[in-house]
Amino acid sequence: MTAEQARTLLAERLPGAQVAGDRPMVVTVPPDAWVPLARLVKETLGCWFFSFLSAVDWKEEGLEVVAKVDNADDTLSLLLKTRLGPGVTACPSLTGVYKGANWMERECYDMFGIRFEGHPDLRRILLGDDWAGHPLLKSYPVDAPHPPYR
Amino acid sequence: MKDAPRIVPVWRNFKDLVEWEQLHQKRSEGDKHSDLFVSLTEGIHNFPGGFALTTVADTFLNWARKSSVWPVTFGLACCAIEMMATFASRFDVERLGMVPWASPRHADLMIVSGTVTIKMAPMLKRIYDQMPDPKWAVSMGSCANSGGPFRHGYHVVKGVDRVIPVDVYVPGCPPPPESLLNGLLLLQDQIAHFHRTGKRAEPTPKVD
Repeated sequence: MTAEQARTLLAERLPGAQVAGDRPMVVTVPPDAWVPLARLVKETLGCWFFSFLSAVDWKEEGLEVVAKVDNADDTLSLLLKTRLGPGVTACPSLTGVYKGANWMERECYDMFGIRFEGHPDLRRILLGDDWAGHPLLKSYPVDAPHPPYR
Repeated sequence: MKDAPRIVPVWRNFKDLVEWEQLHQKRSEGDKHSDLFVSLTEGIHNFPGGFALTTVADTFLNWARKSSVWPVTFGLACCAIEMMATFASRFDVERLGMVPWASPRHADLMIVSGTVTIKMAPMLKRIYDQMPDPKWAVSMGSCANSGGPFRHGYHVVKGVDRVIPVDVYVPGCPPPPESLLNGLLLLQDQIAHFHRTGKRAEPTPKVD
């Protein structure tokens, strides 16, 4: 699977996707095409290795979920992006496609407060269960007090 | 938003362990001797000529206590690598009588080597509470002293002295083994002072 083949396949199957660049090829879709994109990428493009999933806080423009998947048998590697829109914290979960997304999405929920719909066990993974807020959001204050430790 | 389920810690089941720890938390500083031991030594001391024996014995015992401080092996971050180097043969802390011991119940000293996170702080307090009195704590490195480079991070305790009382602060990021050795020698002086006077010395000045 070369990059050219991948590009034509993506244009055929998902016309709404914006494809840019090469190695990693950046594919941007709206949130409702997030799971179909992942399924297409895994089953047709052969990107079976789920590298990571994270998010970016673009302040008033809202959150952006980013995932990187690789075709480890070939040189193809894809960066999948979706913009959730301002004030939206709901995103479809990739756990139905990639099992490795489970803990990554839990961490993403922990740090950014994104609720992944369809996740089997969405709770905090790194911070304590009694933690208030989501620390990697830009709105989280620096030096937030946490008595008696901070 | 989905409520996270509460996880009940497993150690709540061990009722006697918790009670044991509470007993040790209640006991304030000071050497613990049984009443029988105290009355015996006072009897010998007040016997004509007996004070010479007790003074010599005290000096010997203080030297022995000072020279057999067992640190609990407790490494938190990169400072632990320097601590291991201090324990190993090149710097050889064993010539001071210190044996790194893998149980808090047999240890006198805790070297807090590294960044203390908010999630780790209750565990650190727990290990400290399990050590028998009299016990000592060395804060090793900038992170344990004040939070260091991670002071403004969201999950870092701003100095381990917010969790446990500290006797010696060793500055550095990380402190080389020579620094830690110096700190341990200062601690030996403090232990000698403690056993001479029955009171803890002031902690060393805190430098980030």
